[in-house]
Amino acid sequence: MKIIVLMKQVANKDAVLRIGGDEKWINEADISQQTNESDGYALEEALRTVEAKGEGEVVVCTLGPQTAKTVIKDALARGANRAIHIVVEDSKTLSAYQIAKTIADAIRDENADLVFTGLQSDDASYGQTGVILAELLGIPHATIVIEVDRASLGDTLRVKRELESGWYQWFTYKLPSLLTIQSGISQIRYASLKGIMAAKSKEIREVTPSVEAFASAAKIEKVYMPLKTKQTQILGNGDAKAGAVELVERLRTEVRVI
Amino acid sequence: MILVFIEHKDCVLNKTSLEAIVAAQSIGKDLGLKVAAVLPCDKDCALAQEIAGYSLEKVIVAKNEKLGTYTPDGYADAWEQVIRATNPQYVVMSHTYQVRDFAPKVAARLGREVVGDCIRYKAEGGKLVLSRRIFLGKLDADVTIGGDAPYFVTFQSGAFRGENAENGTAAVETMNVMVGDIRMTPEAPFQEAKATVDLTKSEIIVAVGRGIKSQENIALAQQLADVLGADLAASRPICDSEWLPIDRQIGSSGQTVAPKVYIALGISGAIQHIVGMKNAGTIVAINKDSEAPIFDIADYGIVGDLFDAVPVMVEEIKKAKG
Repeated sequence: MKIIVLMKQVANKDAVLRIGGDEKWINEADISQQTNESDGYALEEALRTVEAKGEGEVVVCTLGPQTAKTVIKDALARGANRAIHIVVEDSKTLSAYQIAKTIADAIRDENADLVFTGLQSDDASYGQTGVILAELLGIPHATIVIEVDRASLGDTLRVKRELESGWYQWFTYKLPSLLTIQSGISQIRYASLKGIMAAKSKEIREVTPSVEAFASAAKIEKVYMPLKTKQTQILGNGDAKAGAVELVERLRTEVRVI
Repeated sequence: MILVFIEHKDCVLNKTSLEAIVAAQSIGKDLGLKVAAVLPCDKDCALAQEIAGYSLEKVIVAKNEKLGTYTPDGYADAWEQVIRATNPQYVVMSHTYQVRDFAPKVAARLGREVVGDCIRYKAEGGKLVLSRRIFLGKLDADVTIGGDAPYFVTFQSGAFRGENAENGTAAVETMNVMVGDIRMTPEAPFQEAKATVDLTKSEIIVAVGRGIKSQENIALAQQLADVLGADLAASRPICDSEWLPIDRQIGSSGQTVAPKVYIALGISGAIQHIVGMKNAGTIVAINKDSEAPIFDIADYGIVGDLFDAVPVMVEEIKKAKG
C-alpha cells in the first residue's frame, strides 16, 4: 500500500497580505508560511489508512520553492515515510493544469495505490489540481471526501463525499484512485519529539522539472482588494466596548430588532 | 456558442443552474454568441421542457442509461462528446460541488483548465476578463484565459440572480452519448441527521467562528442570542470541532439562511460561509482583523475583540429591553 499525499505551502491564514509591486500576486517577502489546511488533513487520512492496512508507506509530494521544505519536514515528523520535492521557485505563476502536469510527470512511476490531496489551496484556490492529476494519471477520483471507510480497504475503497446543503453520499472506488480531502475530517496528530528526530534521516528526493508552457493557461492579470458590495459602518473606532454600545443603539433605532 | 450546464437530480432542477443560464445569456449578449443548455440524463429528461422555456438556442439532452446517477466518469464522458460535437466558445457552469467534481476532468481531457469560482466578468476585445476570489476571500484577481476555445468558466453561487433568466422558446434535442467504464459505484445520497433546528426560519441569527477560541466561550454567544431572541449558528470549523452540532452550520455545505439580522462573531468570511448568509437583511460583523472578508458584506462592523464587545452588548440589550 503506497499513498502519495500532495501538500502545499501557503501564506499563513492570519497573515496581513500586501499586494506585490507588479499587482499580480502578494508580496511574499515578509509573510509567514504554513501547510495548506486541507492538505494537513489529507496527510492524516493517509497515515491512518496505512496504519489500518498494517503495511505500506506514505509519500509526501510538494511542488514549490526551497522554502517549502518546511512543509515536507513537518509531514515527515508527523509520520510520512519519505518525500518528493518538485522544486519550482516561481510556482505561483503556474496554472492549475501546469501544476497537475508537472506533478503527474514526477509521481507517475511511483504507481501509488492512492493519491490524497487537500480539497483546495488557501491561496490560489483553484480546487482542481487533484482532479486534473487523476485524469492525467488515468485513475478515478473523488472530491470533497469527508470520511474514509478503512475497513473496506482492499482492491476497492469506500469513501463518503460531502454534497451540498447537508447531504452526503458513499462511493466505492477501484484502486488506484485519487481523493481530495475536506478539512475537519479528523483530528490531526502533532509531531512527536521522536518523530522530529526520525524525520532527519528520511529521504527527500528533489526533482527539478522542466515545466511545459501551456497555451490555454489561465493568467492572473491583476490582484486587488475586494470590491466592497456594501458600505460598512464601522462602529467604535477600534474600541470594541464603545462599538458594542453604538451597535445596540443601531439595532434598536435603525434595524429595529430590539 | 455557449454551452450551459443544467444540474439536476432525478430530473429536478438544481436552482443554481438558473444562475448559470443568466450568466451564459449575459455573456452571450456581450460576445454575440448563442446559448445552448445541456442536461445529462438516462432518459428523455422531464426537465428539458422546463429549461426550453428560457431564451436559449436549444436544449440538448445528453442521454445514456449510465447517466441516471451522477458519477464523474459518466458525466465527463457525456460532456466531452457534447463539447466535441458542438464546438462551443465557452462552457458556463455554476460552481457547485458536482461541477467541481467533473468539470476540471472534462477540461483536462480537452487540454484546458477551468477558471473556477468566478464572481463577475467583463468582456474586453471579444474575450472575458474573469474575477475570482483568492486567499480565502481576502483578495480579488482578474484572470484571462489563453489558447483556443473552448473556455471553461464556473460562477460562484449568487454571482447572478436566477430570477433574471430570460424566458423564450427553445427546441429540445436528444444526443445519444457513449459512456465508458464507470470506475466508481455510488450509493444513494442521504442526510446525516434530520436538522433539528431550521435556521432558514430564524429572524435573528448569532453565528460564531474560529474567533470564539474554545467550546466554553460559546456560552457567551448563547447569552447574546438569548437576549436577542436569536438562534445560534456557526461556521464550518466550529461544527468540525463538534463544539456545536452540524445542523447549526451555515454555508455551502450547511444551511443557507436569510434572517432579518445576522451577527457574525469571530467569523472571517470564507466564501463557503458567505454563500450561506449573504442574503441576510442586516449583517453585523465583529472581528479583530480589519481586513477580514466579512467586512466587505457587513452593514455594521466592529473591529475589535468579541470578548470585549459581546458582554457589553448583552448588558446594553437588557437595559434597552428594560
